[in-house]
Amino acid sequence: MSNDHSAAHGGSSHGNATSYIIGFVLAVILTAAAFIVVMGHSLSPSATLMAITVLAAIQVVVHLIFFLHMSTTAEQAWDNKVFLFTLGFVAIFFVGTMFIMDNTAAHMMSR
Amino acid sequence: MAHDTTLSDAHAEHEHHELPTVFGFWVYLMTDCIIFGSLFAVFAVLRNQYAGGPTGKELFEISGLALETALLLISSITYGFGMIAAHKGQIKSVQMWLAVTFLLGLGFVFLEVREFAHMIADGAGPDRSAFLSAFFTLVSTHGLHVSCGLIWLVVMIIQLSGVSAINERMMNKLTMLSLFWHFLDIVWICVFTYVYLASMI
Repeated sequence: MSNDHSAAHGGSSHGNATSYIIGFVLAVILTAAAFIVVMGHSLSPSATLMAITVLAAIQVVVHLIFFLHMSTTAEQAWDNKVFLFTLGFVAIFFVGTMFIMDNTAAHMMSR
Repeated sequence: MAHDTTLSDAHAEHEHHELPTVFGFWVYLMTDCIIFGSLFAVFAVLRNQYAGGPTGKELFEISGLALETALLLISSITYGFGMIAAHKGQIKSVQMWLAVTFLLGLGFVFLEVREFAHMIADGAGPDRSAFLSAFFTLVSTHGLHVSCGLIWLVVMIIQLSGVSAINERMMNKLTMLSLFWHFLDIVWICVFTYVYLASMI
């Protein structure tokens, strides 16, 4: 039924209840894990930061797949191209900003 | 440009292409992604510039953060159920799920505004330090987006009450709001991880 509908619309794929629930359960587990890691104080500060970074990255992917329904199908090829371009763009200016501002701070002895 | 829709509709019968309106909205979301990326970069640069003022560790409360996160996460799945109902053509059910999503989002905005009000009353407003300027800019930009989403939800609930069936145009609007709402949840993942939790370590 849902396949027929999406074909009739020729449009974006959409999830069913199962995929939303799977995504939601994964998101809750990942969020809770991040809070527990920080509140538990069982890891060193740098290990904690690394752990929550990994958990956040996984959760972003979970949301993209289960909630925004991103996929590698042909109909979404352009969405994915724009997405990857944006990801690269943000990565370049984020890393570049950090590099330049760290360097500036080091030279000006401001921290 | 006006002919694009019809062209693509004819085209869609051969292969499945996404509708141009939804693709256009996706491109908008990507530009929004760049806004948030730059605000995160600002925050990352200024996160230790306290100017003798309060640090994140002193200001942030994990219980309030957990509640805000829970509200936004639950509102994601309630919107998802609304989309499922929309694909089945159950208008009343869509309106009900959108209303639930609205209330959860309203709860989130309420908690955030209350947190800001407490911070400003305690002398930890955006003018206190570079860290707090960056914090307020980033978090309130997200809050402003959620508030716009709330207005959009109300508009959709009202528009849906005037129709007898969900046509393609209406479905496009619901799909775009879905993308918008879930996108804001992704931004919130980055906010609670890098702004709040990373400050509490």
